[in-house]
Amino acid sequence: MSTDGPDGSAPVRHGRQPEPLIPDGPARASANVCQAAGCLSMGSDQLFETLRAAVLARGLHDVAVRRVGCLGLCAAGPLVEVPEQGRLFERVHPGEPKRTEDLVSSLAGETVAGRSVAADPFFSHQVKVVLERCGTVDPERLEDYVATGGYEGLSKALTSMTPEEVIAEVVRSGLRGRGGAGYPTGLMWRTVAKAEAPEGKYVVCNADEGDPGAFMDRSVLESCPQQVLEGMAIAGYAVGAHRGYVYVRAEYPLAVKRLSSAIRQAERDGHLGPEIAGTRFNFQVEVRIGAGAFVCGEETALIASIQGGRGTPKPRPPYPASSGLWGCPTLINNVETFANIPSVISRGGDWLNTIGTERSKGTKVFALTGAVTNTGLIEVPMGLTLRQIVFEIGGGLAEGRKFKAVQTGGPSGGCIPESLLDMAVDYETLAAAGSIMGSGGMIVMDDRTCMVDVAKFFMDFCREESCGKCLPCRVGTEEMYRLLDRVTTGMATRSHLAQLEDLAAMVRATSLCGLGQGAPNPVFSTLRYFRGEYLAHIDDHVCQAGVCPVPAGPPAGATEAALAGTATVSSGGRP
Amino acid sequence: MATSTFVGRSAPSDDKRWRQVDVRMRRLGYRPDGLIEVLHTTQEVFGYLDDDALSYVGESLGVPPSKVYGVATFYSHFTLKPQGLHTCVVCTGTACYINGASALLAAISKELGVQPGATTPDGRVSVLKARCLGACSMAPAVVIDGEVHGHAVPARLVDVLEKL
Amino acid sequence: MSEVRTLVIDGKDVAATSDQTVLSAAEENGIHIPTLCHLEGLSDVGACRLCVVEVEGSPKLLAACATRVEEGMKVTTSSERLVAYRRNIVELFFVERNHICAVCVANNHCQLQDQARDLQLTHFELPPLHPELTVDATHERFVLDQNRCILCTRCVRVCDEIEGAHTWDIQGRGANARLVCDLGTPWGSSTTCTSCGKCVQVCPTGALFEKGRTVAEAKSRRPYLPYLVKAKRQGS
Ligand SMILES: Cc1cc2nc3c(=O)[nH]c(=O)nc-3n(C[C@H](O)[C@H](O)[C@H](O)COP(=O)(O)O)c2cc1C
Ligand code: SF4
Ligand code: SF4
Ligand code: SF4
Ligand code: FES
Ligand code: FES
Repeated sequence: MSTDGPDGSAPVRHGRQPEPLIPDGPARASANVCQAAGCLSMGSDQLFETLRAAVLARGLHDVAVRRVGCLGLCAAGPLVEVPEQGRLFERVHPGEPKRTEDLVSSLAGETVAGRSVAADPFFSHQVKVVLERCGTVDPERLEDYVATGGYEGLSKALTSMTPEEVIAEVVRSGLRGRGGAGYPTGLMWRTVAKAEAPEGKYVVCNADEGDPGAFMDRSVLESCPQQVLEGMAIAGYAVGAHRGYVYVRAEYPLAVKRLSSAIRQAERDGHLGPEIAGTRFNFQVEVRIGAGAFVCGEETALIASIQGGRGTPKPRPPYPASSGLWGCPTLINNVETFANIPSVISRGGDWLNTIGTERSKGTKVFALTGAVTNTGLIEVPMGLTLRQIVFEIGGGLAEGRKFKAVQTGGPSGGCIPESLLDMAVDYETLAAAGSIMGSGGMIVMDDRTCMVDVAKFFMDFCREESCGKCLPCRVGTEEMYRLLDRVTTGMATRSHLAQLEDLAAMVRATSLCGLGQGAPNPVFSTLRYFRGEYLAHIDDHVCQAGVCPVPAGPPAGATEAALAGTATVSSGGRP
Repeated sequence: MATSTFVGRSAPSDDKRWRQVDVRMRRLGYRPDGLIEVLHTTQEVFGYLDDDALSYVGESLGVPPSKVYGVATFYSHFTLKPQGLHTCVVCTGTACYINGASALLAAISKELGVQPGATTPDGRVSVLKARCLGACSMAPAVVIDGEVHGHAVPARLVDVLEKL
Repeated sequence: MSEVRTLVIDGKDVAATSDQTVLSAAEENGIHIPTLCHLEGLSDVGACRLCVVEVEGSPKLLAACATRVEEGMKVTTSSERLVAYRRNIVELFFVERNHICAVCVANNHCQLQDQARDLQLTHFELPPLHPELTVDATHERFVLDQNRCILCTRCVRVCDEIEGAHTWDIQGRGANARLVCDLGTPWGSSTTCTSCGKCVQVCPTGALFEKGRTVAEAKSRRPYLPYLVKAKRQGS
């Protein structure tokens, strides 16, 4: 496998790496060095080796040095946590020996340094179900996973529950899909379980994670791949499937590598493959790598892509639950959905059901980024308010900057303004505010962001990622982009704005798949809360954020004649 | 899951690298649905996909040429043109956009005279765009020859590229 | 093994078999739904979206050509909203590519033009995209003019499903999607085309046409496709 593709995916190191240091008895202190993509790219693999050497050199026999998955506060990497002391060490750059020295003397018990975790709102507001083991287990050691209760859910399901009992437990948990649409997971499983399948069934894990600005699934796969595999195997048992695929996007080579290694180890130890947990159940998992197409996250396109074709969606129904991979009933769930399953089975559905709100149960992982102090990966109970997330967990905005909006749901989502900051984050409330939960991207925007430009940015994304199969999305996204471009360059009139709104409504209603149906959403939501900014560009030629190249002076389009070329009959346009 | 009958066409040239492609195809049982995986391998080995490669893979897997071409041009990861000596990928995902990715692209276009998707005339640097590299916490992110550079600044980036 | 289903289309009680689509049930009962990418005898892709209908209980519009009938379904094929969307769709086809009908071989024999006429579309408001595309006249008998192509993929499907040649496919994506022959190579040098002419027969516009003939002459033979399909099914 290559180290980097033309898409510039980060390099992956292969070959044997130095073993972690694990004392024979209990460790007095452990340096848990983050080895997820963010910290790795800041040199945490080198840091691991440096620390290992330093601890050995000082003969600290009761100190562990281990590799772990994502520690959450990605922007402050490379990160090292010393759980025994409740401390997090930030920015331990290999190039800054002082920070490493501080850490080593802390490990030796000579000083106390680092950021205290317990009192920090970044950590204290979080509830970890999906990320339970991220940052505590070595992503490449099955032993670590098993030692923390891993694969207990699977063996419980296989040895003491019927498939229907497993499904009932998932239904009871209230778990809903974490990939975007929020469909009740248990109901989906039941549909697939009931489907007739003379030629077998499949379980597919959707790890395409196309939302630009989101990296939750990546972190889960890079930090604890076994948890996802266990969830898939439980699903396989519940719906009656013996084969599973994980479809990972090509930009995530490290996730692919860790997942592949996890599959090998799980097969070696009998957690996957034939006769799992001594029963007659068998389940095999294969990894499929995407090739750079956002639309392949859509389930019918994903199926087309796994089958080696162009990733173009198909009309539904029929849904994959009745006719999916090679025409067989296929269960498709998101990475995070599967990662919830082992706890739902081992601790019971009622346990998850106690977390969250009336209709949105459990937790949600978000990638918190943009103009916020603490950027990184967080997991919060459903129903926390946006304000708590942005200002308490996220630590607010940088000094002197003013909050403007939070974007959730990616290219099919919307922007939520300051006036709604106190709303609860759950599926229904977000939808009512004109956005969606989406897969978990949460981007904070300050007063330097122009909302028309944001709408244009997402439309640019959608027109590039449109598969081109159906007309409304193929041509509509392009036309909407051009109309938005007119607004940002001061070439638009109010009639262009009306055209934009009509077109957006039509594309939403008539497109074949969720990409086209969702593409107008950023336009609608920015128009709903920031219409004034559109009008300022159009009527006054002002971009309040100072982003758009609107020419100064009276609008160029002030005279109707200047519009004649576009707003009326176009040359040759008469059929 | 249809298995195509292997037509037994021999590789386009005696370049040893075809063996890797052959091995991959054999492992996949020459199944037509393995097309994307075989294209991945072929591009890893040769750096890009030329007509010879596309028709060889298509014939071996029993996939019609227009379908192979359709797939190879659908996915942005595949490239039909040779790449420059170095690659520079500028992330234009949401987090990077918010944090100034467009200024990076503008600087590259001004100083190096290349747009995303193109290679400098001397074949030295290919500039590409990506939609989120999963390094959002270091936005704006740029990947130069596989190495991630976080919090990129236009002037410094151009400097790095010119010194490659 | 199909069973009988009863449903209501535009207020009319209709009986159909479970393997029928809403489109075919409607047509059988004299209810016309406009279509472009659908062609009897070929698989359905639901791409042009012209046939979208409202189905009670479904928040989304569904393509009649790609939706199977279900017991108790209530379908509306023509509402003010649907007609408005259809006009938008046809307008988008016209602004996407350069369809100057007056100089097109298919003038007056074009299904896109027919749709515009049926929907009383007289002018367009959106700015035209009209990229300058190629005309491939390398085949000894046929021509492909990309500027008239609406990407309905009828030619792709007939060539694959009926002729078994799979000469055509779609390259690229989004607004860069184009009909493509073999490896992006000229039609005249195709290694797969049998020159059967089926693709030319099924093209709804003037994108594929026969040299030295008006499209009117060529298209007058169109009904032959269903016979071919039948013959093929019986043969296999
Ligand atoms: C354009 C588009 C892109 C999508 N991308 C993803 C994705 O990257 N990851 C994902 O899990 N679901 C994605 N989805 C949603 C999936 O189609 C599907 O609903 C989901 O995988 C079901 O799993 P869940 O029920 O566990 O959420 C996408 C949907 C659309 C329409
Ligand atoms: S809505 Fe867009 S992405 Fe979806 S099928 Fe249509 S063209 Fe393709
Ligand atoms: S002439 Fe026949 S074989 Fe050739 S492209 Fe058209 S349908 Fe296919
Ligand atoms: S050439 Fe004709 S039949 Fe083929 S896709 Fe274009 S419009 Fe449709
Ligand atoms: S948006 Fe650039 S790395 Fe995610
Ligand atoms: S005829 Fe149904 S979508 Fe084209």
